[in-house]
Amino acid sequence: MTEDDLRGLIARVKDGRLSRRGFVKRMAAVGLTAPMATQILAIAGAAPAAAQSVPEYKPTRRGGGGQLKILYWQAATLLNPHFAAGTTNQDASRVFYEPLAGWATDGTLVPILAAEIPSVENGGLASDGRSVTWKLKRGVKWHDGQDFSADDVVFNWEYSKNPAVATVTSGSYRDVNVVKVDDYTVRVEFPQPTPFWADAFVGGTGQIVPKHQFKDYAGANSRDAPANLRPVGTSAYKFVSFAPGDNLRAELNPNYHMNNRPYFDTLEVKGGGDAVSAARAVLQTGDYDYAWNMQVEDEILKRLEAAGRGKINIVDGGSIEFVQLNATDPNQEVDGERASIRTQHPAFRDPAVRQAMALLIDRNALEQFIYGRGGPATANFLNNPPRFRSPNMRWEFSIQKANELLDAAGWARGRDGIRAKDGVRLKFVYQTSVNAPRQRTQAIYKQAAQRAGIDLELKSVTASVFFSSDVANPDTYTKFYADMQMYTTTMPQADPERFMNQYVSWEISSKANNWQGRNIVRWRSEEYDRIFREAQGELDPVKRAAMFIRLNDLVVGSNHIIPLVKRPTVSASLNNLRPVLSAWDLTMWYLNDWTREA
Amino acid sequence: MLQYVTRRLLIAIPSLLGISVVLFTVLALAPGDPFEELATNPAVPPDVRAALRASLGLDDPVYLRYLHWLSAMLRGDWGFSFVSRIPVDQLILQRLPTTVAVIGASQVLALAIALPVGVFAATRPYSIFDQIANTLAFVGFSLPTFFTGLLLIMFFSIYLDWLPFVFRTNIEATGWKWWWEMIRQSIMPVLVLGLFQGAAWTRFVRSAVLDVVRLDHVTTARSKGLSEARITLKHIVRNAMIPVVTLVALQMPAVFGGAIVTEQIFRVPGIGSLLISAILANDTPVIMAVTFVFAGLVILFNLLADVLYGWLDPRISFR
Repeated sequence: MTEDDLRGLIARVKDGRLSRRGFVKRMAAVGLTAPMATQILAIAGAAPAAAQSVPEYKPTRRGGGGQLKILYWQAATLLNPHFAAGTTNQDASRVFYEPLAGWATDGTLVPILAAEIPSVENGGLASDGRSVTWKLKRGVKWHDGQDFSADDVVFNWEYSKNPAVATVTSGSYRDVNVVKVDDYTVRVEFPQPTPFWADAFVGGTGQIVPKHQFKDYAGANSRDAPANLRPVGTSAYKFVSFAPGDNLRAELNPNYHMNNRPYFDTLEVKGGGDAVSAARAVLQTGDYDYAWNMQVEDEILKRLEAAGRGKINIVDGGSIEFVQLNATDPNQEVDGERASIRTQHPAFRDPAVRQAMALLIDRNALEQFIYGRGGPATANFLNNPPRFRSPNMRWEFSIQKANELLDAAGWARGRDGIRAKDGVRLKFVYQTSVNAPRQRTQAIYKQAAQRAGIDLELKSVTASVFFSSDVANPDTYTKFYADMQMYTTTMPQADPERFMNQYVSWEISSKANNWQGRNIVRWRSEEYDRIFREAQGELDPVKRAAMFIRLNDLVVGSNHIIPLVKRPTVSASLNNLRPVLSAWDLTMWYLNDWTREA
Repeated sequence: MLQYVTRRLLIAIPSLLGISVVLFTVLALAPGDPFEELATNPAVPPDVRAALRASLGLDDPVYLRYLHWLSAMLRGDWGFSFVSRIPVDQLILQRLPTTVAVIGASQVLALAIALPVGVFAATRPYSIFDQIANTLAFVGFSLPTFFTGLLLIMFFSIYLDWLPFVFRTNIEATGWKWWWEMIRQSIMPVLVLGLFQGAAWTRFVRSAVLDVVRLDHVTTARSKGLSEARITLKHIVRNAMIPVVTLVALQMPAVFGGAIVTEQIFRVPGIGSLLISAILANDTPVIMAVTFVFAGLVILFNLLADVLYGWLDPRISFR
């Protein structure tokens, strides 16, 4: 089906000549999943008017829900979203602060402090893609009674991009320009056409802090702001107390800007401990209502769930556990740099070897025996939102096929059973971080590879070293001084642009950029670069989605990247709790709508 | 006496300096920085991370960072935590009450078990009581706290559902209800730590008392016709206490240092859990402050133990 056909079909749906169901059926016939088809309709402007991205909110009055107790096994240490390095702190800040809009789990935007989501139809999005105009909700008050206005929004931009303040969020703000149009309108201007315009002021990094509390601390003295520990926000819950690294308490905000919200009277977020006992405190004893990020073996979770008090919530997002096959030679030094882009990996430059490697990992076993519900097998690198998921990739586990491939390519077994060709032996160092499921994955891979005449030398590095940016350390994942490595990469936004820049040539990790480039596998493709640049400026959502699908197919098809399992976020909650969760935003992104059913 | 104390305090200064140098170097050599979580987050450009490192002075040479830290410390400025961006002394003070209460209670419990049981067992060596006490003591200090902690949680929280296993500092109750809740949640951590410590101390007290029981002055006292209770308390226990006092005094810094494992299991927000989370996050100022205070306390209590000797045994003189 060509793009023109697709457009024709969409036009027919818009005119009412084709039913939405009929459209989905036709899409299914050409291999597109139903969610993807509906997504295509949605972004092409043919979605039903009342598309429900968040569940309906039932309570008819504010409060009366008693206490909500949330357990984090990592404790929050600060409450300023601009300093929040990890999700724990972002979540804790999000209890009090709100962005203009948040990401629902279907990958659509939901207005929070904005009156509406900007679009081309309502004039919010400039047709040249160079600016987006946000209309702010009127009548919103900070917890201390002051009015929320465009000045606050502009201030957050100035605050975040100021190097003296040293914020973590500056990446979202430093390249844009923010203009106050009137008291309730701000315009974000981009230096070039930007199809992904919903970054500044949106989601976890978009939380807005009050100007009147921070304006005197918008420089090197940012640390001294009292509001860093006593936040004054706009959210449904007001600050009560905070002990860094321990717990956080909040209470209902009687002046919240959304009707009948929140449901709970008080809120407690307790931090610390370990994931398994956090799961117990919810699922087994029911002491807590919700426990965050259940990095616990699925078998244990299933056993705890059997107590019947709580359940596991699985939210499918973009995180993926995958293997990289180094495109460069880690054992050859060029100008004092290993894995230099001027070298080629002696074995992995042969596509047959890479294809064999992709055939030798049993994703089914990984899903069944290691990750369970927390790791469904996948063939794609880019899995979500569904509109970006490629239908073209397949995965397969076949030792026999791998052997045939290698035989055909001339890799013959030596006396020790290891294949070699022209003096290059198929013996690879396979590194990852210390983490039980990863070591088990390594073992499974090694066994299968052995049967295909490939020897994998397993290496595991402590996570704090592996994921550090320490330039002096040779074992970091960005240096990649090994033949293969494996880790999880996350996709924090519902747009894949930032996610897919991991394979563009100008991001290649090297000595020149202190190994800070994001293309760690050091794979290069002119076609990939070209399509990526086009996608960066492509304003048509359908075309853009097609481009990202093509990018996924290119890099996965090269087999330098071997996707293993998706890593959805897993959390535990009591049976009667109704949390509103999202894969593309923080756990607390819609805390105002959490309720309990009687 | 005063001269002795002054001299000891002066000697402590170079040792504290040495300790701080070693700690700082080890921490500086350790890989990683407080911003690891940013590394795998594609939304944060790497140069933002580099700028953050620079803003915290992490890119300066080690000796400069150390001198900077030392001069600030001498001025009473403990620095600020990299991860929570608030002064370290505030962080520590926030944790102190809980630590002192929980760990202190466990030490009191340990003493309350070790002294009577140890003395009683030693005065009747190889009796049934001694055998049982010995066996239990061995069991007690052979089981690591993380194991007994989990065991207690399994039994009292999950099987019986009597006690909570998540320690909460903010209990919304007042009066006796507050105390009741506080005691309920403290029972398990105090038991775990107290029994472990108590078991070890019981063995120690027993052997110390056993050493004294056979001495001549005890026989003399007995031949004078003194009552058994008086002999035990005045003639045996007082003499046997000297090594015990050292041991207990050396244990006292732990009351402030917290117990890393137990605090982690029961989510007690004490100094131990502050230290471990700071280590995991590479939060150098916090690690430095906690370990440095700990080192200072060890030196101080050592001195205190030495001074106490003089009171327990007037024959010891200070020169």
